Amino acid sequence: MRPWDSLESALRAIASNKLRSMLTMLGVVIGVGSVICMVGIGEGTKRKSIENIEIMGSNMLLVFPNWRRGGMSMGSEAGMQLRDDDIAALKREVPLIKEITGSVRRNGMAKFRSNTHSTQVYGAEPQVKYIRNMVKMVEGEWYDEEDEALARQVAVLGFTVWDELFHGENAVGSTVRINGQNFEVVGVVDYKGGSGMWNPDDQIYIPLKTAKTRLMGKTTLDMIQLQASRTDLMAITQQQVEDTLMKSRKSAMGEPLFRVMNQGEMIEQIQTQTRLLSILLAGIASVSLLVGGIGIMNIMLVSVTERTREIGLRKAIGAKRGTILSQFLLESVVMCLVGGILGILIGSASIFYIAGLFQVPPEINTAGVVTAFGFSAMVGLFFGIYPAMRASRLQPIEALRHE
Amino acid sequence: MKPIIEVRDLAKDYTMGDMIVHALRDVSLTISEGEFVAVMGPSGSGKSTFMNVVGCLDRPTRGQFLLHGQDVANMNDNELADIRNKYIGFVFQQFNLLPRTSALKNVELPLIYAGTRNRHEVAAKALERVGLGQRMHHKPNELSGGQQQRVAIARAIVTDPVVIFGDEPTGNLDSRTSEEIMALFQELNEQGKTIVLVTHEEEIAHHCKRIVRFRDGRVVNDDPVHDRIRATDVLASMPDADAVEYAPKTAAHA
Ligand SMILES: Nc1ncnc2c1ncn2[C@@H]1O[C@H](COP(=O)(O)OP(=O)(O)OP(=O)(O)O)[C@@H](O)[C@H]1O
Ligand SMILES: [Mg+2]
Repeated sequence: MRPWDSLESALRAIASNKLRSMLTMLGVVIGVGSVICMVGIGEGTKRKSIENIEIMGSNMLLVFPNWRRGGMSMGSEAGMQLRDDDIAALKREVPLIKEITGSVRRNGMAKFRSNTHSTQVYGAEPQVKYIRNMVKMVEGEWYDEEDEALARQVAVLGFTVWDELFHGENAVGSTVRINGQNFEVVGVVDYKGGSGMWNPDDQIYIPLKTAKTRLMGKTTLDMIQLQASRTDLMAITQQQVEDTLMKSRKSAMGEPLFRVMNQGEMIEQIQTQTRLLSILLAGIASVSLLVGGIGIMNIMLVSVTERTREIGLRKAIGAKRGTILSQFLLESVVMCLVGGILGILIGSASIFYIAGLFQVPPEINTAGVVTAFGFSAMVGLFFGIYPAMRASRLQPIEALRHE
Repeated sequence: MKPIIEVRDLAKDYTMGDMIVHALRDVSLTISEGEFVAVMGPSGSGKSTFMNVVGCLDRPTRGQFLLHGQDVANMNDNELADIRNKYIGFVFQQFNLLPRTSALKNVELPLIYAGTRNRHEVAAKALERVGLGQRMHHKPNELSGGQQQRVAIARAIVTDPVVIFGDEPTGNLDSRTSEEIMALFQELNEQGKTIVLVTHEEEIAHHCKRIVRFRDGRVVNDDPVHDRIRATDVLASMPDADAVEYAPKTAAHA
């Protein structure tokens, strides 16, 4: 029997019971579709998160208090807080630092006339614009050293905040109320294209001293961020930062009470997190593919029983075991592949829709599509093999006698 | 004449629980090329069992069996499938055509398994031989019982087998249609085909050249037919002969 004959016979059998074949395929369509869709969303989320880190700035190092190490075992958190003298020490001892600032952060409610917007208030010295790569402005300028030194109530708006409060109107010179206090807008940062929790567009930047003393009443820093002067010396810079801080910020056991992260590490961290998410999503979707496969197996078993006489006849006129086996196997594989193709189309289409909902870029992963296609063929083989074996093992005489 | 079927002390037992049914007991028989044999006997006498064993659909429990000189008793499933495909044609009481599949495709089926190249032409020729040249693209449900059985006969002869087996091929047909089918078998036999038919009806059996009678799994009688019936004569004498669409070629030649 030649391949084309087998294929034709499989298609004929599938077409002879259209509704049933279609309903069976639907299981595979949904299974493959959701795998494609879930993997696509996982990938999109990952790419977006990495982009977010990349648009943060370049050559950046972040220093956090190391909550994991301290706190409970120490009984006190005091020694862990980052302070202004840490910055002074770093400035003094690490010449590879180009820019450095401490920062504090708090949720805030911003109000301009009748427009309100819930956002984050970000207190940092003006050089944060270099570290975070936010030099390009829609209008106005960043606050300067003097504003910082005098703790003036001035603010630079992120693009989203500006859009929400001013709807594209000029903002510089206007007064916005932030958590009940008046701030004069001095500048609006250009669109960065961020999203999620750390979206740089959805922040209000104010001088660090203003934030600490007037708005938040903090004496410590949430984070120190710095920019190294040379990309190729990032590792050394990080080492020097750690060495410097170890002098004053280590626990009784000699462990650091701070944590330094570079962008590479952040990307890695996001990648592990989103990989987990992707695997989880794909796993959930695979369950529906499994269910689809069971549907195929069920229908193939029914079909073998229904067509017992046909199998007997085919054997009587010369079909061998292998011929019958491949005939039924091909039927289930073809059904799965057709279902798989439809699933890929539908899944890809729904990525665009769902990506819009979650605000992640739609990502159709070629490898994912190929895998899904291969996977549906495998499902066809795996769930088709048992019914096909049953068919091929029928004895011609008994099969022909079947009512 | 060359022997097509040679069986010696052939036995077939069926085990049902602790009971053993001796469906065939020590059957010895030779059927040669060009013969036209009717297998008769009461219900349960082992006719079908015999037919299935010599048709290589089933294996004997004991005994020797040569088909066309080959020892088939010890062949495996795939070898038997090849034997059935190349040497044997089957015609069943229930026609056993594939539904929703044209007559032509049905007749092509054995050729597909044989891997024949120009199978459209070969199958079309077989359908013409049984008088269905005009009905090639009809599906079984668009054909009468007699026509369906003729498609089945075309499928049986399409591989040019050495022997055709029919287990009550006229069992589901009325007398006129049965007569037409017998005319076709007689014609094929005259062209040299060896044919073995199981039948319950003396009338049908007397269209053949030899009658083998079974009882309790044994051959009890094996005689040539003297007063042989010619189906074409019977058809010619039937009142509505004009309505018969099928005119056997032998009659046309005469
Ligand atoms: N698969 C089987 N299992 C058990 N016993 C069987 C089987 N097939 C046939 N038999 C028995 O073997 C004997 C012969 O059966 P077989 O079918 O050959 O009879 P038959 O002559 O064709 O009868 P009929 O004219 O009714 O078709 C019967 O007693 C039957 O019950
Ligand atoms: Mg019988």
